[in-house]
Amino acid sequence: MNRSSSSSTPATASADYLLCTNCRKVLRKEKRIRVSQPSTRGPSAFIPEKEVVQANTVDERTNLLVEEYSTSGRLDNITQVMSLHAQYLESFLRSQFYMLRMDGPLPLPYRHYIAIMAAARHQCSYLINMHVDEFLKTGGIAEWLNGLEYVPQRLKNLNEINKLLAHRPWLITKDHIQKLVKTGENNWSLPELVHAVVLLAHYHALASFVFGSGINPERDPDTSNGFRLISVNNFCVCDLANDNNIENASLSSNFGIVDSLSELEALMERMKRLQEEREDEEASQEEMTTRFEKEQKESLFVVSRAFDDDIVSTSDVSRYIEDPGFGYKDFARRGEDHLPTFRAQDYTWENHGFSLVNRLYSDIGHLLDEKFRMVYNLTYNTMATHEDVDTTMLRRALFNYVHCMFGIRYDDYDYGEVNQLLERSLKVYIKTVTCYPERTTKRMYDSYWRQFKHSEKVHVNLLLMEARMQAELLYALRAITRHLT
Amino acid sequence: MEKMARVTTALGGNTLTGRTMYCHLDAPANAISVCRDAAQVVVAGRNIFKIYAIEEEQFVEKLNLRVGRKPSLNFSCADVVWHQMDENLLATAATNGVVVTWNLGKPSRNKQDQLFTEHKRTVNKVCFHPTEAYMLLSGSQDGYMKCFDLRKKDSVSTFSGQSESVRDVQFSIRDYFTFAATFENGNVQLWDIRRPDRYERMFTAHNGPVFCCDWHPEDRGWLATGGRDKMVKVWDMNTNRAKEIYCVQSIASVARVKWRPECKHHLATCSMMVDHNIYVWDVRRPYIPSAMFEEHRDVTTGIVWRHLHDPYFLLSGSKDSTLYQHIFKDASQPIERANPEGLCYGLFGDLAFAAKESLVTADSNRKPYPGDRRHPIFFKRKLDPTEQFESVSSSALSVFETEPDSSSMGWFVDTARRYALAGRSLAELCDHNAKVAKELSRNQVAQTWTMLRIIYCSPGTMPSANLNHSIGKGSASLPLMNSFNLKDMASGMGSEARLDWSKGENRSENILLDSSATLITNDENEETEGSDVPADYLLGDVEGDEDELYLMDHENAHTEEPEYVLPQEAFPLRHEIVDNPSGPDHLQDKADSPHVSGNEAETVSLTPVESFSLISISHTLYESRLPPDFFSALVRDMLRFYAEQGDVQMAVSVLIVLGERIRKEIDEQTQEHWYTSYIDLLQRFRLWNISNQVIKLSTCRAITCLNQASTTLHVNCSNCKRPMSNKGWICDRCRQCASTCAVCHHVVKGLFVWCQGCSHGGHLQHILKWLESSTQCPAGCGHLCEYT
Repeated sequence: MNRSSSSSTPATASADYLLCTNCRKVLRKEKRIRVSQPSTRGPSAFIPEKEVVQANTVDERTNLLVEEYSTSGRLDNITQVMSLHAQYLESFLRSQFYMLRMDGPLPLPYRHYIAIMAAARHQCSYLINMHVDEFLKTGGIAEWLNGLEYVPQRLKNLNEINKLLAHRPWLITKDHIQKLVKTGENNWSLPELVHAVVLLAHYHALASFVFGSGINPERDPDTSNGFRLISVNNFCVCDLANDNNIENASLSSNFGIVDSLSELEALMERMKRLQEEREDEEASQEEMTTRFEKEQKESLFVVSRAFDDDIVSTSDVSRYIEDPGFGYKDFARRGEDHLPTFRAQDYTWENHGFSLVNRLYSDIGHLLDEKFRMVYNLTYNTMATHEDVDTTMLRRALFNYVHCMFGIRYDDYDYGEVNQLLERSLKVYIKTVTCYPERTTKRMYDSYWRQFKHSEKVHVNLLLMEARMQAELLYALRAITRHLT
Repeated sequence: MEKMARVTTALGGNTLTGRTMYCHLDAPANAISVCRDAAQVVVAGRNIFKIYAIEEEQFVEKLNLRVGRKPSLNFSCADVVWHQMDENLLATAATNGVVVTWNLGKPSRNKQDQLFTEHKRTVNKVCFHPTEAYMLLSGSQDGYMKCFDLRKKDSVSTFSGQSESVRDVQFSIRDYFTFAATFENGNVQLWDIRRPDRYERMFTAHNGPVFCCDWHPEDRGWLATGGRDKMVKVWDMNTNRAKEIYCVQSIASVARVKWRPECKHHLATCSMMVDHNIYVWDVRRPYIPSAMFEEHRDVTTGIVWRHLHDPYFLLSGSKDSTLYQHIFKDASQPIERANPEGLCYGLFGDLAFAAKESLVTADSNRKPYPGDRRHPIFFKRKLDPTEQFESVSSSALSVFETEPDSSSMGWFVDTARRYALAGRSLAELCDHNAKVAKELSRNQVAQTWTMLRIIYCSPGTMPSANLNHSIGKGSASLPLMNSFNLKDMASGMGSEARLDWSKGENRSENILLDSSATLITNDENEETEGSDVPADYLLGDVEGDEDELYLMDHENAHTEEPEYVLPQEAFPLRHEIVDNPSGPDHLQDKADSPHVSGNEAETVSLTPVESFSLISISHTLYESRLPPDFFSALVRDMLRFYAEQGDVQMAVSVLIVLGERIRKEIDEQTQEHWYTSYIDLLQRFRLWNISNQVIKLSTCRAITCLNQASTTLHVNCSNCKRPMSNKGWICDRCRQCASTCAVCHHVVKGLFVWCQGCSHGGHLQHILKWLESSTQCPAGCGHLCEYT
């Protein structure tokens, strides 16, 4: 495989890496050319290695990992972190395997390229690296890796929907679908399109997980194949770790020194109260609507820090996307278009989404269905140090809060609960991970639920990831349904 | 109230009249329900809640139940039901989990009566008790069903399904205390209303959510369920275990199912997604709907039969914001457009084909041969008076027999086994394959191999004796080759199209029996031209063997007549050969020419001219030593010819043997197509090794990757005989290393050889060494192992 042909840069040793400004500064200081691994070891920058590797005695889990290793020949960091939830991991791997490698409408290299495009929307170089590799292995044309100008028009046409899906899925209309499937030289068939949409949604969501859990770049275990994953694509590795190297002792005081134990107690107390009160207090219609809108509005201010907009240009992943400036815009601020909220009951995954997706791309529906169901129902009935806790409410609040940020509203949900159950730092984290995953920092990860175990935080990430994927799928599939009728 | 009473009396009679009609609603409907008197229908949806009167010619809006400036979510209905005893009583299920009852008798504008806010999630379904006036049942997303007594403010009992969301609840029509509930996880539960602690019975009905169910109005034990898995199933609940008695496969997930009144086996369904039609099925005939209503432009969300005892009026509401009344006589009946046909192969290659009589006779004006076995058998189907499908009046059944030997593919298997495709020089390969072909009496193929050798192995090095030899052989066997053309080829290919072809040939031969000698000659020249056999010696041979040819022909006429007993009626594939557009033009000509000449005797005169030109080509071949490339076009055509003839084996074998020499001449897609066909054939004959060899030798990317799919090898543990799931050498269950070497007692992780007699074994090397010195099993079991 001619890996070298993919890099168009002249071959001086130092130019093999495109470095972001931040790293360059560091490099200048240290006078070292080679970027070393981030100082943290293990699969995640956020989670101590021993946490992930810990319970290796769990039999089921080991078996699962062995199986994964024997099918894919590797055990990437995502898998390792997810293996904290072995049940879920199984359905995750199964659906991912199906959409990437099994029979499907799209040719294999296309699938990986679409994954690259999706990951590029969030500048997730971890996933990009992984799939560049796979793309070439499955016989992709190396030239495509030079950027979108080099790919067939057909694939390029996917760009618009990729952009919308990643950041503002509610803007997808049947016109977008029509444009893609309209008969012509570069048209997409519906099954192909559905396959592509599933891949896009999967990788957008996975990017959220990667950043949310601070997945470290792969240390390629076998150097035998002659190249190192990280160096291959001239991406700087720093943006993966974000600011996790920054000492943030001083910053943590921002959040106030609340006794984290009492924080947990308070949360449990609130859950209990909500469960009991439920029947007594009956909110009026207006009240409910206001609560939903309030939750949306509040999410506006959740990400308070102004980010430097030039984050976008730091790495050259942007060659896989167009319009890199396009980002999440709060649904509540959707402006004069006044798009109606998406009523979850009118287009549900179980009733509508499943049937459509399964019809056009057989069997993926079952796999996704199982995965959604799994993540929604996954519980160990524990909260931090407490056992025998019914966490249904908490899980539902997380799931619905993500959907709320994408403008999906459940008639039968009282959005007041979100406010009660999710503290502000958690909301900051959720919003960042689902809407701007590339901005997630270790500080955010650390600042919420300080009493909780890492595995529980990974559980949160899984919920966020699946909720996001479902939201994207619902919007895309609804557009396709409208196109069909 | 007064108004309503008047309407009721106006339509009080039992006979309904009306026409197919519709009205626009302001918003998509989620559910509809009719009043007992069949004169009014209520439509409910997220933004609509109205009552319409059904009049002779139109729907008339009677009442809007959505009142107030800013309607609350309580009006956002997922389901609505009209009480069948009390025409003033309605209940709705709201998406926010509220169950509301409405009393039309209220004097105020707001008819809302009671509000039950006990469910935590969306309520999917409400259902009144068929005979009890105050009993209301609801099923919700939160997994609970609740029974309300309308005289009380709260529910009287709560039933927990102990599983995911409840999608539908239905009171049994006959059984006072029983109701059925369907669940998102595919289960159906039966409950006794008096026992809220646990269900009476539960069974899994569908794969995925069960969206709906309906009790049969007459047969008390029957329950129809519809699910996301696109099935409608009818269950007989009278027995101890619910028994599936009918199953209808629809094309989309089934959202609603309703038994048709007065028709025991009919039910109506509509779908949740994609498909907008309403189907009425006869459950005994599950493959084609007996009626179909195609009016809606978006998914139908609610269907209901207008009157409890009238099977001809169906009302439906839809997401396209329309309310329809469908009249049965306006329904489209797919059965009328369908052409029922049956085709089946018998155990010994017999073929039976049945079709509507009208179709068969209309298609062919030729009469079957009198007194022949080919005579189609006609029979009338007895009409079942209860059967609704009268359109099936009579059908024709034709049975085609084949002689046992004629369809044998032995030559194919033999050839596949014995051909050499790689590993030797081209000349050797060609010679070998030619020899194989000749031994199997496939002389044309043998000639082709010889010719390939001549063309591609430089002529200078070829000993002239050899050339002569092959010529001599060729001439000796030519008559046989002729018989191959007519007989073996046709039978070997096995497809109807080919049988057809030779059939036509035979008939013309029968007629022109006298001139058949010339005909055959002609045929043969055409064939040889196609296969690139230089004509100079061929022509001579044919003349020399004329006597034999006569003989041959008589034989052919005898042996073949009973072999191809297909009458004309059965040839839907007739045009496949002649009209196949894929071949290039000049090739097409060649391939067709036997047909042409077979049917028109005049073409005979053409032959000498063509063979003349061939002679000139063959002269240049030997005189100027043309580069092999010169022939690639010819070879390409030859390959295509074989492929067209159905002998894809030859095409692929030559392709592999010639390799680079010819590959670029044929486009990738065609090659891939040939490879896949050949591999498919090989696998059907279970020639796994050969098919693998072919895959390995092919250069198409798409083909070679076939070998890399499903490379998993499943092994069972030698101790507990269970499958070993993830690791190859340690069993999960008995926690032992399964495959230890009987000699060194270490785990074998690579090649493992074992005795099939005693199932002991070990490292290949160790076992070999052991057996050099001993004949008994190294494990000491006393078995006399052998390694060959």
